[in-house]
Amino acid sequence: MTQEPLLDATSIRKRFGGFVALDAVDIIVRPGERVGLIGPNGSGKSTLVNCLSGAITSDTGTICFGGRAIEKLPAHQRTRLGIVRTFQIPLPFASMTVVGNLTIPLRFAAHHRPDGGQGESDLDQALLILEDVGLRNKAHAPSAGLTQVEMRKLELARAIAARPKLLIADETMAGLSNFEVDEIISLLLKLNKQGIAIIMIEHIMRAVMAFSQRAIVLVAGKKIADDSPDVVMNNAEVVRAYLGE
Amino acid sequence: MVSPELLFNALLTGLFLGGFYAAVSVGITIAFGMLDIVNIAHPVFIIMGSFIAYIVNRNFGLDPLLTVILATPLFFLLGIVIFRFYYAAFEKSGKGSLRGLAFFFGILFVIEVTLLLAFGVDYRLVQTSYIGPNIGFKHIDLPLRMVIPFVGSMTMVTGLYVFFSHTFIGRAIMAVAQDEFALSLMAVDTVALRQLAFGVAIATAAIAGGFLIVIQPVDPSLGREYIGRVFAICVLGGLGSITGTVIAALILGTVETITSTLFGPSWAPAVSFAALLLTLAIRPSGIMGR
Amino acid sequence: MTRIPSWIWPIIIAVLVFAASRVVKNEYYMFAGYVVLQYIVLASAWNILGGYSGYVNFGSAAFFAIGAYGTVVLDKLWQPPLVVAIFLGGIVASLVGLATAYLTLRLRGVFFAIATLALAIVLQTLVVNWDYVGGPLGYYSVRPDSIVGFPSYVNYLFVIMLVLALITVLVARAIEWSFIGRGLAAIRDNELAAECCGVPTLRLKVFATMVSGGLMGMAGAPFPYYITYLDPNSAFSLAYGINSIAMPLIGGMTHWIGPVIGAVLLAVIQQVATVTISSELNLMIVGGLLITFITLAPNGIVGLFETYRQQRLERASP
Repeated sequence: MTQEPLLDATSIRKRFGGFVALDAVDIIVRPGERVGLIGPNGSGKSTLVNCLSGAITSDTGTICFGGRAIEKLPAHQRTRLGIVRTFQIPLPFASMTVVGNLTIPLRFAAHHRPDGGQGESDLDQALLILEDVGLRNKAHAPSAGLTQVEMRKLELARAIAARPKLLIADETMAGLSNFEVDEIISLLLKLNKQGIAIIMIEHIMRAVMAFSQRAIVLVAGKKIADDSPDVVMNNAEVVRAYLGE
Repeated sequence: MVSPELLFNALLTGLFLGGFYAAVSVGITIAFGMLDIVNIAHPVFIIMGSFIAYIVNRNFGLDPLLTVILATPLFFLLGIVIFRFYYAAFEKSGKGSLRGLAFFFGILFVIEVTLLLAFGVDYRLVQTSYIGPNIGFKHIDLPLRMVIPFVGSMTMVTGLYVFFSHTFIGRAIMAVAQDEFALSLMAVDTVALRQLAFGVAIATAAIAGGFLIVIQPVDPSLGREYIGRVFAICVLGGLGSITGTVIAALILGTVETITSTLFGPSWAPAVSFAALLLTLAIRPSGIMGR
Repeated sequence: MTRIPSWIWPIIIAVLVFAASRVVKNEYYMFAGYVVLQYIVLASAWNILGGYSGYVNFGSAAFFAIGAYGTVVLDKLWQPPLVVAIFLGGIVASLVGLATAYLTLRLRGVFFAIATLALAIVLQTLVVNWDYVGGPLGYYSVRPDSIVGFPSYVNYLFVIMLVLALITVLVARAIEWSFIGRGLAAIRDNELAAECCGVPTLRLKVFATMVSGGLMGMAGAPFPYYITYLDPNSAFSLAYGINSIAMPLIGGMTHWIGPVIGAVLLAVIQQVATVTISSELNLMIVGGLLITFITLAPNGIVGLFETYRQQRLERASP
């Protein structure tokens, strides 16, 4: 029996001047689902994430999250409802320590959820999350001096601290080594087991194949495929988009 | 009641004033619109140009417009020096616009106070053959001291427009304005381009200064009046668009002059603020904004 | 031994200064001290928005003048006790802050900064055209000869400003240490990330602007009685604008003590310079110091102190 979708976005359009970034894109995510979002550079993936999270407003289209229409809500309210995204280029709060970075979403997002935030202190919760991502030993280090992979983990940790129902991981693995990629995949799988739905945006195909239950392909702002990864990978149009004619 | 002739004259004067405002603002169109450098000290560079024209005119009798044209290379170099300093101190570390803003605010202050100390609070004016006489036909009576700066301003602005849209370097600068990262990956020296553009922006201040002192007497604190105006024009026109700047300047000049005619000159500054706030509230990208 | 919480110190110092004011007979110190205290208020108030969130307000003079001219209006209408004028001035200034903030804070910080500058210029235009408060000619307020409980009215003004300074510093500290302060810090570090972490950025920025503007308005309210002749040029003086920025910057913007240090330092320098050299030159000193610090020591004196302390710690533990 199919569940009520957690995220139900229909007909999302976005233009920048004369350039059409998104052309009537629909996307559905069910609770606890693992979705991969792929497509060539410039196909609109990040724009879609920005529209879903509220960083920009789409021109047309509706976005329903947990049964609520959210397309008019500012980004911080969407985060509080449980739709959380990471940034392709990590944006840490440079003046704060690693653990300090996590107290922000804990205080401003998690506290507003009926099931999140209360109980243990913010600091304890933050340290637990850092433990999960493998940054516990850097908890009190300034966030400005981290390595690339540590910054990516911090991005993820910060997103986790907001207690998401849906986590959108925007190219968290770009440029990482094989080992590091596996680390992130297992981290995301662990989160998923806790019931968090995840949209993974990646170019690293083996990660998408290993992780996703369903794959969505965007090309030039249009959705051209939405199916299980095996089917999508054999789709002629998808192959063409990635490899050329 | 105001006669239609008076109103028509006000309209024409306003257009001429607007043309001049375009010359004043184009430096910010370049610096802020294209280079993202919030040089709020720009009006004070214009005043500096006016005072240079004044000194030369008083001591040597040289025409102010000629003076500032000769001063343009100096201002260009000054612009480059300031950019180098600004870049080394602020942009490289990416510390954000707060420090850059405060830096230019400090510069605004230092230059204005220097002028005050050197020249005092009095208004200064220049003597030329074309300040005073009007040209007119039928009911229209146009002061030559407005017409000539208008013609000069439009020439300069048009020249800049051609530069940025049709020359190689100009278009390279516009490309930098749009996507600096991509260009730097293509081994283009984006810093040098931006440096050049900022030099051009400051150079326009020299010329605008010459026009200013022809139009009206100048005192050291006049720059402050122009800060609101200039940014209102650039925002209304759409940041980075020279065409937009011209259109917005003409509109603002006209509305200001008509307001002055109907309600008195002391209300003029309020016009630009209202324009600025309305633009920011309704359509922040401006008239020609992308 | 329990640590003394840091907010006790401003109270202790304020009490000491108050005690001194009861004893010192020379009114010059009251006059000069008033200016220093006024700048402590302006600098600390500015820093609540500028230092904590990174949004620069160039129009401090506007908020200050709202308080000053508010008092002028009240003085003509009704002559209420000064405390009432201060309160009302703060409210009006705060509302103007709300309007400006709401209109411009959804855009980049740069536009807010420009709008505040334009605001100051335009408010000055309005006041110059408003004959009720004297227009360009200014307004003479009659300073009462005496007031119950204080040796002189000037002394009373000094104490009023002392209380305002204490309130401002305590408010700044309270905000800095609260979740609001953390949210503002997140906004300063990266506003987009803050918004996506659930921080209600617009609401916090508007709040900070209202508090900041309101406090500045309160600082301006007693001014007409202090200076007795108020004209638009002195009420809207650019000195307020540049000092409000320079003092927190030079003192240090991330800690509530920074603006206090900067205010005391710069106000004293300017007083000395005005008396010994000239009043224009002392503004140039401020401008020069601003440029110097912003280039070389952007974290201010507090920052320099922190760096020094950090280096000593690092040297102590190899």
